Amino acid sequence: MSGIRIYVPGDAVAVACGADELARAIASAASIRKRDIEIVRNGSRGMHWLEPMLEVATDKGRIAYGPVELGDVDSVFEAMLAGGGEHKLRVGPPEDHPFLKKQTRLTFARCGIVDPRSLDDYKAYDGYKGLAKALANPAAIVDEVAQSGLRGRGGAGFPTGIKWKTVAEAQADRKYIVCNADEGDSGTFADRMIMEGDPFVLIEGMTIAGIAVGATKGFVYIRSEYPHAIAVMNDAILAARRGGMLGNSVAGSTFAFDLEVREGAGAYVCGEETALLESLEGKRGLVRAKPPLPAHKGLFGRPTVINNVLSLATVPIVMDKGAAFYKNFGMGRSRGTMPIQLAGNLQYGGLFETAFGITLRELVDDIGGGCFTGRPVKAVQVGGPLGAYFPRALFDTPFDYEAFAARDGLIGHGGIVVFDDSVDMAKQARFAMEFCAVESCGKCTPCRIGSTRGVETVERIMRGEEREKNIAVLTDLCNTMKFGSLCALGGFTPYPVMSALRHFPDDFNTAPRLQAAE
Amino acid sequence: MERAAQILAEHRGTEGPLLPILHAIQETFGYVPENAVAIIAEALNLSRAEVHGVVTFYHDFRQEPAGRHVLKLCRAEACQAAGGDALAARAEERLGVRFGGTTKDGRVRLEPVYCLGLCSVSPSAMIDGRIVARIDDKKLDALLAETDR
Repeated sequence: MSGIRIYVPGDAVAVACGADELARAIASAASIRKRDIEIVRNGSRGMHWLEPMLEVATDKGRIAYGPVELGDVDSVFEAMLAGGGEHKLRVGPPEDHPFLKKQTRLTFARCGIVDPRSLDDYKAYDGYKGLAKALANPAAIVDEVAQSGLRGRGGAGFPTGIKWKTVAEAQADRKYIVCNADEGDSGTFADRMIMEGDPFVLIEGMTIAGIAVGATKGFVYIRSEYPHAIAVMNDAILAARRGGMLGNSVAGSTFAFDLEVREGAGAYVCGEETALLESLEGKRGLVRAKPPLPAHKGLFGRPTVINNVLSLATVPIVMDKGAAFYKNFGMGRSRGTMPIQLAGNLQYGGLFETAFGITLRELVDDIGGGCFTGRPVKAVQVGGPLGAYFPRALFDTPFDYEAFAARDGLIGHGGIVVFDDSVDMAKQARFAMEFCAVESCGKCTPCRIGSTRGVETVERIMRGEEREKNIAVLTDLCNTMKFGSLCALGGFTPYPVMSALRHFPDDFNTAPRLQAAE
Repeated sequence: MERAAQILAEHRGTEGPLLPILHAIQETFGYVPENAVAIIAEALNLSRAEVHGVVTFYHDFRQEPAGRHVLKLCRAEACQAAGGDALAARAEERLGVRFGGTTKDGRVRLEPVYCLGLCSVSPSAMIDGRIVARIDDKKLDALLAETDR
């Protein structure tokens, strides 16, 4: 008989908190006691303050313990052997935890539960059911995705179905599916988690996309800062190929589709879709002017579907349960669910997937539990380095593409970074400009030059030099960048800058302190 | 440069091969040597300027050897929110170098990184490819001590 099964997450968050060392310690604790165990390196459930969170499979379901440190291994292991017994770190059945109970997990249904490297496990947990439906009626895929209301989860929120339809209708000798896994926004990690915790769902989504538009080759462009995600994706692709789910005959059908992982090289701008395509082609990651759209002339000049990880990973459940099921969640024109990432100075950080419509206050105060420093929340940045800073006064904003746009913000890739009252918003505005200057691809002037002038102008304001005049210059500069830049890097950098200025004017109006800080 | 030629041969038939080749070169040599640029350009029918342009565009590619250890500290917003700036200042002070610099003895290179995707357990860092989260002063000092080896 096989021994008890113990789950030690292989997700980067757990690993960065010591999970690899724990896995080794558990193995040696078992061998000392001559107990037969099986260690599964699952993904993370998304309750990151509890990581590394270990689980044991019992006849009454899985029981979790966390956050486990090396010194706890012996006692936690004993509790596990006792069938999920008492321990000060015992969390209980993870699915009963309020943080998970409150969620609607569609895209992340399997993350943290399955063995990410096991094709059999994926299939046992409803994997490849979407593909089966897709293969039963390939001509209906594009329409089903369009009907679901799914919008690009990378940040732009463009309807996925329309993108696919354009590529499906294009005539060419070759077409490509490209997955944008260049998740560079600070405060976001959902792409990483799904690739490390449930890679087959992304493979399935890309396969469905290939069949829908007539593409036989796909690329997953993953940033080099994600070595664990790259390793899991490569293993999963190999397993899918061996299992007949990729290759010349996908799942025994007449459709061919295969995938390749490509590693980025540390350029934030390559998260912009056209810069990503340039990078895949082996060039500098310079943004392309649009038109032509990637759907017409994308990778190597061929029609290309380029979608974010989460958009593609959501397609299988849309196909499996149907467009109406998915569309039933959400509000307004934001349909379905969004995997929201709670980060920064927050007591309960992690991954929270829920239907659109939840307010910022619920996310930050109720679910996130406020700052771990115990100080009041001053500002939250939503949507990464290009997203606006929101003050408490706007915490009633519902999580919805249009609601955020109406308040001069964006939900972007769904990351929320929380700051306590020690944050200096003028410094954050300067950082936004600095970041844009460092990461600008240099192709368009508003971004390349504007960001550097922006840093200088914010610094003048911080030094108290002709404050009124320089605030007017900064506002004008932001306007030029917003409307004159080629892509969202230069175009959206004004969001954090102007929101900081608008909502936290006092931080720009204090006594000169830049010299003191330098 | 025999190894470089071998890497080029391994990538024959790859679509858009330049980035995978540069990654493999850096993996092998620790940086992208000047003479490798010429060989790559020749093999891919590109000008040396084009290859040089790609090498210098991406933060990952180095044109000179790094220190024996590379410490990357995340400087992005989620880590700033959790005390990342103070940690960064401490690392600079302890090592006596600024970000982007290598200690005089070639022991360690300090680099900024903009997000490791560990934003819920910030501040975070990567040392010689290994990721570490929830860093405080004590943990940072332990990481710096590792570079003494």
